[in-house]
Amino acid sequence: MASTDLVEYVLQLADNALVLGHRNSEWTGHGPILEQDIALSNIALDLIGQARYLYQYAARGINEGAGGVLGGRHGEATEDTLAYGRDAWDFRNCLLVEQDNGDWGKTILRQFLFSAWQYYFYDRLRGSRDRELAAIAEKSVKEVAYHLRWSGEWVVRLGDGTEESHERMERAFDQLWRFTGELFVPATYERSLITAGIAVDLTLIRSLWEEKVGEVLVEARLVVDGGGGAASGGERGGAGAAVWMQTGGKEGRHTEHLGYLLAEMQFLQRTYPNCEW
Amino acid sequence: MHEQQWPLWEVFIRSKQGLDHKHAGSLHAADAAMAIENARDVYTRRMEGVSIWVVESKYIHASNPDEASSLYDPANDKIYRHPTFYDLPDELKHM
Repeated sequence: MASTDLVEYVLQLADNALVLGHRNSEWTGHGPILEQDIALSNIALDLIGQARYLYQYAARGINEGAGGVLGGRHGEATEDTLAYGRDAWDFRNCLLVEQDNGDWGKTILRQFLFSAWQYYFYDRLRGSRDRELAAIAEKSVKEVAYHLRWSGEWVVRLGDGTEESHERMERAFDQLWRFTGELFVPATYERSLITAGIAVDLTLIRSLWEEKVGEVLVEARLVVDGGGGAASGGERGGAGAAVWMQTGGKEGRHTEHLGYLLAEMQFLQRTYPNCEW
Repeated sequence: MHEQQWPLWEVFIRSKQGLDHKHAGSLHAADAAMAIENARDVYTRRMEGVSIWVVESKYIHASNPDEASSLYDPANDKIYRHPTFYDLPDELKHM
């Protein structure tokens, strides 16, 4: 563990997992039915578990002097200072995971689009030359395989369900699709790591993601033609032109939603620093 | 909006290879696939199982509690039906 690039990369992966885990945890006690409340809470816990391993790894790098200001402003970095002590512009998560929960359909679709990416991503990361990342990926990929299956079945169930559920899924699709492009754009700190065989080359997983997502979206009647993979999803409504893809999260430029999320998640540690129970 | 309740399912979990599936509880699900996933999420969170069976509760037929005396009492004095006259070696498990 040495470079600032690597710390930033690990933080990106950790922030993805923490932010989506936190979003999902917002459903705990509010799920549409007890069994699904538990299912989504389990996924939240899986993601927060992944985030912990990654933050611990990033904290070690920061304490060895590789982190710059990323570790928070004061003292030694720990998984807690990284989760609770950084501001929105320090977070490196992609924009997709920070989007608000909306209704159950939007939450499901967000999970599916991200899990599909995370599954192929971890699958590749297993072969990383960074052994710590490879080990975390090895453990996490099994969890994500289930997240993908679970959310994919829900996308089909709702997309190909009632008139109302279909309509809601279409709305969710229109709100979320624009954040999927970022998943395949390497951040500045990512590029050298890809060359070094540490980070995942995103071009290699793009077609896998498109194929999987396209397949499910067609089955869910959310895109008409699966021929171009998910890419055809960008041209819904026959407009012809692909949707403009929003980017910036991986570089610390976020949508307004992240600030609200952090305000709630970090409140206790910000108000009572280092409090424990 | 009208409330529609998903059907009830009974869940059976096998805790490890070689043992029987045991009734673990019940849950709601829209179909069998969802019932198995729900069972996985609700009943195997703490590594309780390696295999799950689900069956829709309406397919479970139960004996009538009112007939308990005629069904079960007659076995009361048939002590010879129990294999209690054999000495079991200590190594024998799960009997």
